[in-house]
Amino acid sequence: MSVLVYIDTLGGNIAKNAMEAVTYGSKIGSTTVVTNGPISNDALASLGNYGASKVLVDRSITVNDSSQITNLIATAVESTGADTVIISLDLTGRAVASRVSARLKAGLAVGAIALPEGDGHIKVNVFSGKAYGHVKINTAKKIIALTPNSIPVETTGGSAAVEDFNGNAGASTVIVKEVKKQEGDVLLPEAELVVSGGRGLKGPENWGMVEDLAKVLGAATACSRPVADIGWRPHHEHVGQTGVAIRPNLYIAAGISGAIQHLAGVNGSKVIVVINTDPEAPFFKAADYGIVGDAFDVLPKLKAEIEKFKAQN
Amino acid sequence: MKLLVCISKAPDTTSKIDFTDNNTKFNEAGVQYIVNPYDEWYALVRALELKETLGGSVTTITVGNAGDDAIIRKALAIGADDAVRINAEANDAYYTAFQIAEYAKAGGFDIVFTGKETINYNGSQVGGMIAEIMGLPYISLAEKLDMNGSTATINREMKGGIEVVEVNTPFVISAAKGMAEQRIPNMRGIMAARTKPLQVVEPVACDELTTFTSYSLPPAKSACKYVDADNVAELVNLLHTEAKVI
Ligand SMILES: Cc1cc2nc3c(=O)[nH]c(=O)nc-3n(C[C@H](O)[C@H](O)[C@H](O)COP(=O)(O)OP(=O)(O)OC[C@H]3O[C@@H](n4cnc5c(N)ncnc54)[C@H](O)[C@@H]3O)c2cc1C
Ligand SMILES: Nc1ncnc2c1ncn2[C@@H]1O[C@H](COP(=O)(O)O)[C@@H](O)[C@H]1O
Repeated sequence: MSVLVYIDTLGGNIAKNAMEAVTYGSKIGSTTVVTNGPISNDALASLGNYGASKVLVDRSITVNDSSQITNLIATAVESTGADTVIISLDLTGRAVASRVSARLKAGLAVGAIALPEGDGHIKVNVFSGKAYGHVKINTAKKIIALTPNSIPVETTGGSAAVEDFNGNAGASTVIVKEVKKQEGDVLLPEAELVVSGGRGLKGPENWGMVEDLAKVLGAATACSRPVADIGWRPHHEHVGQTGVAIRPNLYIAAGISGAIQHLAGVNGSKVIVVINTDPEAPFFKAADYGIVGDAFDVLPKLKAEIEKFKAQN
Repeated sequence: MKLLVCISKAPDTTSKIDFTDNNTKFNEAGVQYIVNPYDEWYALVRALELKETLGGSVTTITVGNAGDDAIIRKALAIGADDAVRINAEANDAYYTAFQIAEYAKAGGFDIVFTGKETINYNGSQVGGMIAEIMGLPYISLAEKLDMNGSTATINREMKGGIEVVEVNTPFVISAAKGMAEQRIPNMRGIMAARTKPLQVVEPVACDELTTFTSYSLPPAKSACKYVDADNVAELVNLLHTEAKVI
């Protein structure tokens, strides 16, 4: 099999979900990566370490324009003869994968969480992670959009050949006027550890406890929907059915009841810790570890214990 | 402005998710269908606001069978002028997008709105596919949209923050949280919706590129392990030695 993996490097770096996509591709077949970011050839050559044999880069695409990126991928598919295209389902992938599918008239499996099954079916998340679908792609060319943080990154020690590539991107129809960078060191959608607060924290002035714990853990912060709706926290922190869906390794929820719409955004987490005063809070049913207690007492203690742990390890 | 809003149905967010027929079909017993929240709260309401300030019309389009008419009437009650239903099962995103694009091509719409995703399949597919089939720009995950003549200024979610972009009509946009506030239909709207036009159009031929052949449920979670609030050190220990996440 010949595989083409598209990764978004417009941020100037190789994100973890890009490494996952390359690892995934190289387990299916001989993998070429195509990308368009302002990133050095040395950095791109390091993609060989995740199994890529070749990297094609077209640095003429400088904005996130789904039409241009679709042209790039379609051109690369033609020149490599790839039969499978892998795209990580990050914010860029969400816009691009569907366009590429329509361009190539190639079936797209969105939200893959594992390698193709023995019969070629692809297991994807459906119903906000409450179930899996097994998708059959009916076309010879196949496109798979991989859910971030669903497979481990594997290294091979290899190095990839990097080539400049003309993706026939055409002119951009999208003009970027301004970029408003999100505050905080760790971005929620790709965070491995997340500390989250709900209405039980009573007011925005109490979020220091959440931020302090997040800081010692190196975690991102999140919140339930009412907390974003009342304006205690910014919209982009809202997780759940109508917010961001996340799949961190660890999700710590304090003062959140665990409504089904909230769980829909976090039930892909590997480990869930719930801190709630109410032993009957529904969240405990979805939790791996629970503390029945007051977040105002537990969060500072947890922060102190993590600091102690970090000092020893 | 001529605006087209894609409306799909979705199971109510509290629905129990399970499957029948040897795990090949979603079990609809007792399931209440609603308008997909992104389509209703954000896409439709922002389209209505634009019409109210700039004039024009809002048409909704749904690929579905007669069972979808109830949610289409809800969109009309909220304020859409008229509705189109393409009379087909929406089993595959490309098939669905192809039907919508086929209708939209002839309509001369300035903006085609979709929701960010359907909450049952979470695919975020249909909008991008419509844009590609029609050869239009596609701005996804938009949380703010303002018009100035034929130029739109849009805030969209991007890795690490928000990007403010400009694009000219016609274009396709997918609406996310922040774009507008949910509207509750009033009695007058509900009455008026009964007589607003709902045109049923037969589908055009198109292959389905994908098939969901079966479904499965995640393994049941093992019971929660409780740690005493006075023994937080034990939690840290478990997260390290047992769960291996720190
Ligand atoms: C269509 C739809 C979509 C929705 N989408 C989302 C979504 O995407 N995300 C989302 O989060 N919600 C969503 N909701 C809302 C959801 O149903 C719940 O209302 C919401 O998640 C509740 O937020 P909460 O847990 O912060 O608040 P509450 O339900 O008020 O819970 C607060 C919790 O804090 C506990 N508590 C109180 N004091 C303390 C203390 N001192 N220490 C510890 N615990 C304490 C209480 O016991 C309680 O369990 C949606 C609803 C609908 C209808
Ligand atoms: N059957 C359908 N009829 C009309 N619009 C749809 C249909 N399915 C999806 N859409 C639109 O496409 C968006 C994205 O859907 P999806 O690709 O399924 O996540 C939805 O929010 C709707 O606006």
